[in-house]
Amino acid sequence: MSILVIAEHDNTGIRPSTLNTIAAAKLLGDDIHLFVATNNSELPNSASTIESVSKVISSVDDTLEHQLPEALAPMIKEVATSYSHVLAPATTFGKNLMPRASALLDSQQISDISGVIDQDTFKRPIYAGSCIATVKSNDSIKLITVRATAFDPVQLSGGSAAVESFDSVVSNDKSEFVNEEIAKSDRPELTAADVIISGGRGMQSGDNFHLLESIADKLGAAVGASRAAVDAGFVPNDYQVGQTGKIVAPNLYIAVGISGAIQHLAGMKDSKVIVAINKDEDAPIFQVADYGLVADLFNALPELADKI
Amino acid sequence: MKILVPIKRVVDYNVKVRPLSDNSNVDLNNVKMAVNPFCEIAVEEAVRLKESGTATEIIAVTVGTSASQEQLRTALALGCDRAILIESEENPEPLVIAKALAKIFEEENPDLIILGKQAIDGDNNQTGQMLSAILDLPQATFASKLVIEGQTANVTREIDGGLQTIKVNLPAIVTTDLRLNEPRYASLPNIMKAKKKELATKNINDLGIDTSARTEIISVELPPQREAGIKVESVDELIDKLKNEAKAI
Repeated sequence: MSILVIAEHDNTGIRPSTLNTIAAAKLLGDDIHLFVATNNSELPNSASTIESVSKVISSVDDTLEHQLPEALAPMIKEVATSYSHVLAPATTFGKNLMPRASALLDSQQISDISGVIDQDTFKRPIYAGSCIATVKSNDSIKLITVRATAFDPVQLSGGSAAVESFDSVVSNDKSEFVNEEIAKSDRPELTAADVIISGGRGMQSGDNFHLLESIADKLGAAVGASRAAVDAGFVPNDYQVGQTGKIVAPNLYIAVGISGAIQHLAGMKDSKVIVAINKDEDAPIFQVADYGLVADLFNALPELADKI
Repeated sequence: MKILVPIKRVVDYNVKVRPLSDNSNVDLNNVKMAVNPFCEIAVEEAVRLKESGTATEIIAVTVGTSASQEQLRTALALGCDRAILIESEENPEPLVIAKALAKIFEEENPDLIILGKQAIDGDNNQTGQMLSAILDLPQATFASKLVIEGQTANVTREIDGGLQTIKVNLPAIVTTDLRLNEPRYASLPNIMKAKKKELATKNINDLGIDTSARTEIISVELPPQREAGIKVESVDELIDKLKNEAKAI
């Protein structure tokens, strides 16, 4: 049977997490369909060029701008009946939406998979990544969210999918969008960045994050933070890397003034190269770092920015 | 306003969980158990709504073995008025928990359900959304701010890009994120008082729901361990290693 992927997008473009999710879908079957619910009639056509997608199921309506789950989940329920698997990225978008659709289909969702064993069996981290469980699902329609960093993305181009429209838009009078504060930045987004430099409580204040930013600008890196730094109010929540923040796996992760609590490690320990800069030589972050520098970050960062 | 707060008994967040030696599951022998941290935030939010005069009654509920009474008593000590234990086998799946909670909703008719966005054992992040679907009610997940205005709630949600505010009609389901509040500790007098509060017990098999498991755990293993690398002596050495050894910059 075919595999359905729910597209995450911002109405202007498909989000990178969707491309990782399609990569996971390829391990389950060849016939991959992409469900795009949006207020932009151009978006389904532009999604039709994504590698490995054979059909785009397009639902275009002004009410779908914010894709609230009260409307989207019943639509997925209706579409899903002709599929064996329905996948979405395990981002806040997918985490919010998919369990609602799953319950409507009376299916026990498998969350945040990091590996595909076979059609029914998946690997997923539990206990903040302290253990990896192999789980088998016996539901006839499997709803799954996908840990994006565990699957290399497909390309945005190279495909030529048919576009089919799905017109049963569900009205939602239960909830409404009020507003959004979305951080605007010229830097790459955390989950798609090749290099990330993150600060922790050791940064001492939000103002000191400019020390990280000047290095980030030189490396084309994204700037992240530990939960401690976010809780202390240094930076907003969208910076947070960790179990309950963003899961990242860049080529290079530089942790500055971060002690290395398990919940932070859960969000970044799959990075290819890890650098830790911390003045406490016993900090647990050094146990996962490829290169550790025991130093006062207020000396090391300006020097690094100067020489890199 | 009546608030229902579903909570879960989980391994204490300080415990480093390991697989059993036969890799059949995680090893939970003799580990410290606690109220799931996100559930503590849910209890705290409900108690604050009561203290501000918005809420009149808070009911804590859990689905689990009789050992979960301990966590219900904690919720009572923190300010919940009464508690319900829905006795089940160990580790029911989120869909079963949501179905059981829906039955309690029908009996109690609360105006608001506040629960944690995820439990730190399975990290599933499903129960609140599933409960909303079963009850056909609005959901406001990953809340960092909750404001009740008459028959609606304005909820600010933590999303990947920043913050989103939505307005939901009551009754609604709210799931808590980390920054909604900082939970209090139970005081000794309140712990004593909690022992006298009502704790009702029901059996999950009497609720008329399908409790069959849909998934099975094949194995539980440690993740691939990362080996510690080397310490460098200077910024110059670090840059040299990153350029010439790791080729990462």
